[in-house]
Order: sequence, then C-alpha cells, then structure tokens
Amino acid sequence: MNALTFTLKKPLQLSLNCQLLNSTHLADKSPSDIASMLLHYGNSQCRVDEIFEISGDDAQNIFFKNSSHKLDYLGANMASGNMVIEGDAGAYLGYNLKKGEIQCQGNTLAYAACNMVSGLLTIKGNTGDFLGGASAGLRKGMRGGTVIIKGNTGDRVGDQMRRGLILIEGNAGDYCASRMIAGTIGVFGSVGEYACFNMKRGTLLLTKMPKLHMTIQDCGFHTLPFLSLMFKSFAQYKTKFSSIQTLRVQRFVGDAACAGNGEILLILPTK
Amino acid sequence: MLINGVQIDDTFAEAFNMRGTRVIITAQNLKWAYHAANAMTGFATSVIGCGVEAGIERELSADETPDGRPGLSILMFAMGSKVLMQQLETRMGQCILTCPTAAAFAGIESEDHINLGKNLRFFGDGYQTSKLFSNANGMSKRYWRIPVMDGEFLCEETTGMVRAIGGGNFLILATSQPAALAAAEAAIEAMKLIPNVIMPFPGGVVRSGSKVGSKYKTMFASTNDAFCPTLKGVTNTELSPEIESVMEIVIDGLNFEDIAESMRVGIQAICNLGEASGVKRISAGNYGGKLGPHHFKLHEIMGKKAV
Repeated sequence: MNALTFTLKKPLQLSLNCQLLNSTHLADKSPSDIASMLLHYGNSQCRVDEIFEISGDDAQNIFFKNSSHKLDYLGANMASGNMVIEGDAGAYLGYNLKKGEIQCQGNTLAYAACNMVSGLLTIKGNTGDFLGGASAGLRKGMRGGTVIIKGNTGDRVGDQMRRGLILIEGNAGDYCASRMIAGTIGVFGSVGEYACFNMKRGTLLLTKMPKLHMTIQDCGFHTLPFLSLMFKSFAQYKTKFSSIQTLRVQRFVGDAACAGNGEILLILPTK
Repeated sequence: MLINGVQIDDTFAEAFNMRGTRVIITAQNLKWAYHAANAMTGFATSVIGCGVEAGIERELSADETPDGRPGLSILMFAMGSKVLMQQLETRMGQCILTCPTAAAFAGIESEDHINLGKNLRFFGDGYQTSKLFSNANGMSKRYWRIPVMDGEFLCEETTGMVRAIGGGNFLILATSQPAALAAAEAAIEAMKLIPNVIMPFPGGVVRSGSKVGSKYKTMFASTNDAFCPTLKGVTNTELSPEIESVMEIVIDGLNFEDIAESMRVGIQAICNLGEASGVKRISAGNYGGKLGPHHFKLHEIMGKKAV
C-alpha cells in the first residue's frame, strides 16, 4: 500500500476546511468516495478532487504536498495514523487530535494543537498565536499529548492548557502560559512579556530570564531531582532540550494575582 | 537424602498466598537510601504482629533507578491488598517522606495499583505539584512533588501490586547454637543474590519458629515445641539427642520458582560447610499440607540443577 497523498493543484484564494481528510475519517473510504467528498471552501463547498490530485490508498499514512496556509483544520479530530504536511498549514492544525502523529514541515497559522487530547504534533517551522489553547467558548485548552515546535511561536502559548507537553526550540511571544491550568511548556529561546499571566498551575521551563510582571514571585535557587525524570522523558523527542545537563534552577511561582501556584523554572547554566 | 554429610529430611515447607509489591527508594547516596529503607522495612518481620513482611531486596546502581541516584529495592508482602495498601501508605509517610533526600518510585508493573504518593501529596498543603511523564512507548506515569524543608520530596503516584507467596522456609538443626547461626548466615549470604525474594526476619533468621494454636485461648500461635531443644524430654520432639539448636529461615517471594531457588542455594550453602560444621539436618515447617497451597518439597528442590 502507498501513502494516501493529496497534492494541491493550485494556490487557494480562500480557506479550505480539511477536517475530513484524516486517517480516522478516511479509513473505510474508496478512492472514488474520497474524491467525491465535499469540503468547505470559503462560504461554499467543493469536491476533494477539484482541489487535490489524489494518489495512494493507505489512509493510515497521509501526505499533503504543495500545502499552503489556506488549509485549515488539518489532522482535526484524528484518532489514528500518521500525517505529513510538506509545506505550510493553516489554522487549527491538529485541532482536537486524539491519537497519532502529525508532522508539518513548514509554518502554520494560529490555534495549532487547539483542544488537543493526545498524540504528537511536530511543526518544523513557526506557528501562530494560541498554540495549545482552547477554542472559543471552551475553558480548557490542550488536555494531553506532545507538541514540538522547531521554530518560533506567536502569543498566548498554552492559554488555558490543562495537561500535556509543549516544547519550543525557538522563541515564544507575549503572554506565554497565560491562564495555564496544568502541564509543561518549555521554551529554549526567549519569551515575550507577561509570561504566566493569570497562571493557575503547571510549569514553564525557560533557559533565558524573562521580563516578569510583579505578581510572579522569586522562590530562589534550587536543585530539583524531578528534573532528571523530566529531561529523561524529553529525550525521545530529540530536541535542543536534550542538551540540558543541569538540575539547577531558579524557581518563580505565580500568578499571585489569581492565587496561582504555577511555576517558572529558569535553567541555570552549568559552571 | 544426604548432601556432604548433612541429612535433608523428606518433608516440605508449606507456604501461603500473599499480595506483594516492590518500591524503589533512592537518595543522595546509598547511606541515606539505607536509612530510609531500614526504617520502612523495620518492624515488618511477620504478618502475625506487624501487618506486613518486608525487606530490602537488593542495591540499585544509579543507572538502574528512575532519577539516576543510587537506591534500594524493597519488597513488601501482606495477607491482603487492603492491609498492604494501609501499611505501605503509613510506612511511606513516616519513613520515606521524613528521610532526607529520599524519593520513592514504583518497582513493579501490574494491572493492580496501590497508592504510593497519591494520598501523601496532601502533606503539601496545596503546594504539591503533579507531573505526568511519558516514555518512548507512550506509557505515562504520574509523579508528585511535595515541598519539604530539605527541598522537594519526589514520589511516584502508585506502584504495582501482584499475587505473591509467603512462608517458604527451612530449618537448620545443629549440634550447637554457634554452629546453627554460622550455617544460617552462610545461607542468607547466598540467598541474598536471588531476585524477587526477601527473608524478612532479623538478619534473615528466625529462632522462634511457631506452631498454630496454644494452650492459652488468646494465643493463636505459640512456640514450636517439637523443635525446641530444651524440651526434648517433655514433648513429642522432632530432635535427636545431639541437636542443641534450631534456626529457621523464612522466605517471601513474588513467585514459586524464585522461592524454591533461594531455598536451594541456601541449603546448598549450608551443606557446603559439611557435617564438621555441626549442622546435622535440614528440615522444613508445615501444617500437614492442609493450610497452605504451595508446597516446597526439600528433596525435589535439592534434586534440581542450579538455575
């Protein structure tokens, strides 16, 4: 069996909702069924074969080629299989991802990993705001799984994040870990202003001192044994975080503005 | 059966079903891991009076432990899951949480889980933090970080609980007390190398083997008079005139095979000392086969090849 491949025929003018094109939804569909499926394109609908050239038949391995930022909801609600996006992706990549792996080789727009439940999402480029956040109206964002970002992210990473792991090798924007409920976010680069704004619980792991607002409290320097377990669990993702050799951190707790007990762990350089 | 001049009785040890668990204790160094483990396995010789039987299984090097520090593995056994849970939580709270630099982790995987740090976390008074870490197989484990005065106490949320066997045993019959004790020490040294078993009594050895029942109504176990050398003339003795001392080694383990193997290496170590050491016989304790479902037959065990 060959991987089921969707190759974009031409650049799109409007956003295309691709939430039906995932391993779970396509598992029992024939090539003709897939070709005739209707996708929302702007405020109208169009057949899959009007937009994509389709080849292959293995719905557990899906490729998108010539992909662009107009493709929204790629991998949404996926509960099995693998998806590789050769190019950029639009908003809501991996929305409500339940299981399986998604790899985007380009950049994405906002709300990647929104409401994610489990699985692994890797973005090799940059991503927009609200990574791992909650969709409008929901009080909890990402609830599990792992997100690896090789590039930079926009603002509000992990907004209302409930559980799971986000590792960012580049920089993060403002309000990183805002309203975070639990889970772990690691940023290897720098973070913008107001990190951990209204944070309840959870961990923001940093390698560079951020500009902190006054309701984040400094709790001093510590050697924390649990970090060895955490770094051991990071090793499988082969990120820059694997290079961290120390268990020595400066610990900040907050956000005191909401009686929060979240923490920033600032990794201290080894002497 | 005669091995190197030592008689092996044609009898069997009778053992019972138990529930068992393993906990890994780590600390800054082995010295403090031993402090924690010795406290946790203290007063845990017999379920009759202690609730659980527990002991240190072996030392663990830094690369064998979850947090990369030196540690010890502890085995703990009880007659039921409820008692095991209660005893584990109590001992964790009083012996491991209190011990400087100590941390505790699950040492066994199973479908049944019992609390390790799940309730202990409330000691953190709201400042406790949970962390969920997954391994390469996608398996996730929850850990609790509890702020304490020396830093943080790290503890896995649960550990596994498995079906186990308790009460494997053999008796060493010797011509003197020093001879019996020297033989018991030699046996324990050999038996410590077998995984999945512990010998829960002081130094691994029991001098007060018991029988079921007593002339006193309140006692459900009393001295095993048939093996007491000072009662040879007044009781239905199992001892010949030259026997002046008997010591027992009791073994609890996670499975039948490892208990049998530990008995084999222990008895073999004694037999290697030879008849001249003063050891005359090896026997075993049983209740006629009516109480315990597991029978460790000495002749069968000693007839087996080394594992």
